[in-house]
Amino acid sequence: MPPMTRPLVSFQNAGKIYNNGTVALAGFDLDVRGSEFLTLLGPSGCGKSTILRLIAGLDNVSSGTLARGFALDHASIGFVFQDPTLMPWASVFDNVFLPLRLRGFARNKASPAVDDALALVGLASSGRAFPRELSGGMRMRASIARALVLRPLVLLMDEPFAALDEITRFKLNDDLLALQGELGTTIVFVTHSVFESVYLSTRIAVMAARGRAVAEIAIDAPSPRGMDFRTSSVYAHYCAQVSRALQRAMDGDLT
Amino acid sequence: MKTSAVRPPRWAARYGPPVLAFAAVLTGWEAYVRAMNVPAYILPSPSLVLETLFTDRATLFPALLVTLKTTFDALAAAIIGGVGLAILFTQWKWVERSFLPFAIVLQVTPIVAIAPLLLIYLEAPVAMLVCAFLVAFFPILSNTALGLASADPNLVDLFKLYRATRWQTLLHLRLASALPYFLGGLRIGGGLALIGAIVAELAAGNAGKGAGLAFRISEAGYRLNIPRMFAALALISLTGIAIFAALSALSSYLLGRWHDSAAGLER
Repeated sequence: MPPMTRPLVSFQNAGKIYNNGTVALAGFDLDVRGSEFLTLLGPSGCGKSTILRLIAGLDNVSSGTLARGFALDHASIGFVFQDPTLMPWASVFDNVFLPLRLRGFARNKASPAVDDALALVGLASSGRAFPRELSGGMRMRASIARALVLRPLVLLMDEPFAALDEITRFKLNDDLLALQGELGTTIVFVTHSVFESVYLSTRIAVMAARGRAVAEIAIDAPSPRGMDFRTSSVYAHYCAQVSRALQRAMDGDLT
Repeated sequence: MKTSAVRPPRWAARYGPPVLAFAAVLTGWEAYVRAMNVPAYILPSPSLVLETLFTDRATLFPALLVTLKTTFDALAAAIIGGVGLAILFTQWKWVERSFLPFAIVLQVTPIVAIAPLLLIYLEAPVAMLVCAFLVAFFPILSNTALGLASADPNLVDLFKLYRATRWQTLLHLRLASALPYFLGGLRIGGGLALIGAIVAELAAGNAGKGAGLAFRISEAGYRLNIPRMFAALALISLTGIAIFAALSALSSYLLGRWHDSAAGLER
């Protein structure tokens, strides 16, 4: 039996109540393990984005505990929002350079790291472009490059591909899996798409309102994944299983 | 059958309609004055106004320089004061709560009502500068403060995530986010500074070497020199247009590659 490793992030009976009284999480338990691709799937308002914000340290739990197996610093977390959230006044290079600039790196010293990050996402030749000159998919790639430029331990992604067309989304799904395979980064991914969650994840946490876990489903499929997996009966089986769990989450049936 | 539409050059499409409209108004005005034999002391023709601009240049252009100096000094002070105070407002809410009411009081009180009081307390050139400053200051302050507070919340979170200091967030995020708002306020403030300078000059009624265009208008009115009044008015209008055009060009230059408003200007 393999030794149990300490989780990277562990929520124990965690709760989050916002200042306006909204209960986003109540009695939430979840472990995030190193190098896994964990997807949080659930209906709107179930607290998925809140979980990412808590992991990132942008908010604090109101009750219970949140333990991290790493020190929260500049380089520990990368965050990709639903919108690319690029600075429109800065070139793609300068957007990716931002995390390094905030750490005090000079532009010329940071240049190799920025170039590497741009190359990783296939934007090596677009560094001088401005965000409004790029397509939606390229903007999201730039956003991912910015999140990866410091090689974070954990990458948090909040519905990053929701606004993209299906073809671009498929391509970015494949590229994201390839990136994770190359870098070994732990990814916590939020989506509303059953199909996307099954394709990308090693584990899916299906959530109901207030962060109640309905099911945790391990996706035991080989990597790298591709069209063969997407069209396989195994994939269809997992999609059906996750869909049923999601239906229970929406019905509020926790049994 | 194939048809090919001939499109006018871009510059012609952009500048053609306003230039043609302006020319049509001037032509109609000239034709009316000539056809009806309207005396110059009632309504001078555009050609006479142009001629007066040339013949009275020794009087009008030094006055224009005086007005311009007041306008630009006031605008510079409004930029420094407006942007500076807006930064303080966004960095410390208590500063905003304490000083915003004063700024609003100055904004809502008509400058023509304040000018005589300022002329009692201050030397005339300083009082005129303060009048022009007061009207130009508020749009720059309010627009810049709005812009500084309107940074994308996700980007604000991102700066927090990367442990950015307050000054890094101001420098790399808030000031850049506020630039389109500031430039919008500057375009309004530029025109208002000119209006403030003119109003203050009218209130001051300064004659002699330091007389601005507004005094020349009053003076010409007393002498029933209507063509000179029109010539001075034309100079004021042209100055206002030039200020607006220059600030629009600056806005287009600074925002051209990234902001929709500047892209709209180029369409």
